[in-house]
Amino acid sequence: MLRLSKVNKYYQVGTHALHVLRDVDFEVADGEFVAIMGASGSGKSTLLNILGILDDYDSGEYWLGDTIIRNLSESKGAAYRNKFIGFVFQSFNLLPFKTALENVALPLYYQGVSRRKRNQIAGQYLERVGLRDWADHLPSEMSGGQKQRVAIARALIGKPRLILADEPTGALDSETSRQIMDLLSEINRSGITVLVVTHDPEVAARTQRTIRLRDGKVVSAEDEAARVSHPNLAVAT
Amino acid sequence: MFDLDKWKEIWATLRSNRLRTFLTAFGVFWGILMLMAMLGFGSAIQSGSKRQMKGMATNLLFCWGQQTTEAYDGLPPGRAVRFDTDDIEILKKLPAIEWLAPRLQLGGWMNNFIVKHEAKTGTFTVMADYPELKHIIAFEYDAGRFINERDIAESRKVVVIGKAVREQLFEPDEDPIGQYIQISGVYFQVVGLTRTLRSGGQGERDANTLFVPFTTLKTAFNMGNRVGFFAMTAKPGTDGDELERQVKEALKRHHRIAPWDDLAIGSFNMFVMFGKFQTFFLVLQIVSWVVGGATLLAGVVGVSNIMLITVKERTKEIGVRKALGATPLSIVSMVMKESIVLTIIAGLLGVAAGVGLLAATEAALSAMPESPLGPPNIELSTVLTAVGILVGAGALAGIMPASHAASIKPIEALRAE
Repeated sequence: MLRLSKVNKYYQVGTHALHVLRDVDFEVADGEFVAIMGASGSGKSTLLNILGILDDYDSGEYWLGDTIIRNLSESKGAAYRNKFIGFVFQSFNLLPFKTALENVALPLYYQGVSRRKRNQIAGQYLERVGLRDWADHLPSEMSGGQKQRVAIARALIGKPRLILADEPTGALDSETSRQIMDLLSEINRSGITVLVVTHDPEVAARTQRTIRLRDGKVVSAEDEAARVSHPNLAVAT
Repeated sequence: MFDLDKWKEIWATLRSNRLRTFLTAFGVFWGILMLMAMLGFGSAIQSGSKRQMKGMATNLLFCWGQQTTEAYDGLPPGRAVRFDTDDIEILKKLPAIEWLAPRLQLGGWMNNFIVKHEAKTGTFTVMADYPELKHIIAFEYDAGRFINERDIAESRKVVVIGKAVREQLFEPDEDPIGQYIQISGVYFQVVGLTRTLRSGGQGERDANTLFVPFTTLKTAFNMGNRVGFFAMTAKPGTDGDELERQVKEALKRHHRIAPWDDLAIGSFNMFVMFGKFQTFFLVLQIVSWVVGGATLLAGVVGVSNIMLITVKERTKEIGVRKALGATPLSIVSMVMKESIVLTIIAGLLGVAAGVGLLAATEAALSAMPESPLGPPNIELSTVLTAVGILVGAGALAGIMPASHAASIKPIEALRAE
């Protein structure tokens, strides 16, 4: 599905470059459900941005399917995002002046689907996340869990091969978090690859595999386990 | 492609900050209103001046004799220049002249004569004219006709009278046509009642004038071969200055006047006057466009400014859109459309207010037919040009905010809380 090899990313901070990702190497197979974990500043958001073609990297290779993602023009990047990737954000990022239905339909708008058709399809996806009756409500009239479901429906409507979720449960209570993770698992079972960035071990536990990041490097599970077992260093997040 | 969502989005954005949208729109509204008010005012001055000049050909030249100031051909300076009937033949040969009307005022320039009808009398101007005059000064006729060729050929004792003459010499219910009036002891039959199209002092003079055939005056009052002055029009396409030059040259040669003696023959050239007017109107129009346009530009800068702020506030939304697959082009077009829609709606309201203002002004002015301001007409094409400018202005106002929006990086946008 996707493969990163020796990906490096620097941020220019003042006069010196901050090395955010160091030789990041990993692979995710088709249909996997993977968590990316790490403390704040470990580089996981940067990694997600690169995976989501929202940001470029400085060296290495990122393959999405059979395509190498490197130095894409903005419109090409937009087209790939629209076609391959669905985003789910911690703060939902629904457009406040659009109804649930219109929010879900938005990616199809950028694919040039007619209004009638995209609203019809959006209705089906709202049904799938159990919010058919909320189609005409504005985000401000919905609960956090409902908003995240709308966001998930929006991520799914473009029939992506990959869902990138950035702390999808970060703003939700534990019961709602559980429901959202149920929904993501269900989506994964339907054959879509799901990547969840989180620092919540419970969320990570719901996935099939966890990739850990520390100081911009992928660390092995054993290293991390050793670190966590040491009480002085644990739970720095 | 018409897409309801697009319009709903634009509407939602503009509505989300009503006061700001209103103030921004007001800048454009005011700009276009000022532009229209200024153009309307310019047009009012223009139509007012045209009304003053109405009834007079614009390619008109008057010529009269004065005194020589230079000795020439054995003749001393200070000699009075008197035109005569020979000059008529000379001027008729000039190709630049379209209509030539030799005129003679009974008793000389500015002298009035006592005119009687039964018990009523009055003092009026008496002019001896040829039929050609009607091509130079336009009259309307309440009744009858102007002097014709047979009147000239037979030196008939007929007279055409102005409105004031009629009012003073005849009862209101009396028909003057066919009646006789006495000018300086000689009876003339009234054949026409004129109504002048000129206004102001000239219109006043026309109303107090009696017109008799040129040849009749000559015989009846023993005026000899004298011609008081010439009124003439140039052929279409002839330059007024050129006509004046030709006429003066011919007359100077005949009257043995030094070619360099500029004071011997007086003239009034409507061409030159009209040219000055035209230049004045052109300048007025340019000033209107420049000042109105500058006001409009200030409004446009306001729109641009507000759109830029709006884009900054919507950084996150634009980031989300980009994450969902919006291309930079679609973002640019979104912002541009908002800018253009705002500008056009405000501008059209301004156009409507401008039309209302001009209509009200026109209504107020129509109560004063003698005012120097005429109806403030604005051509439809001018309004359409203004609307075109608005579209362009809206686009112009949108360029900077739109390119700023397009350059927003989705990651930065999504990070912004």
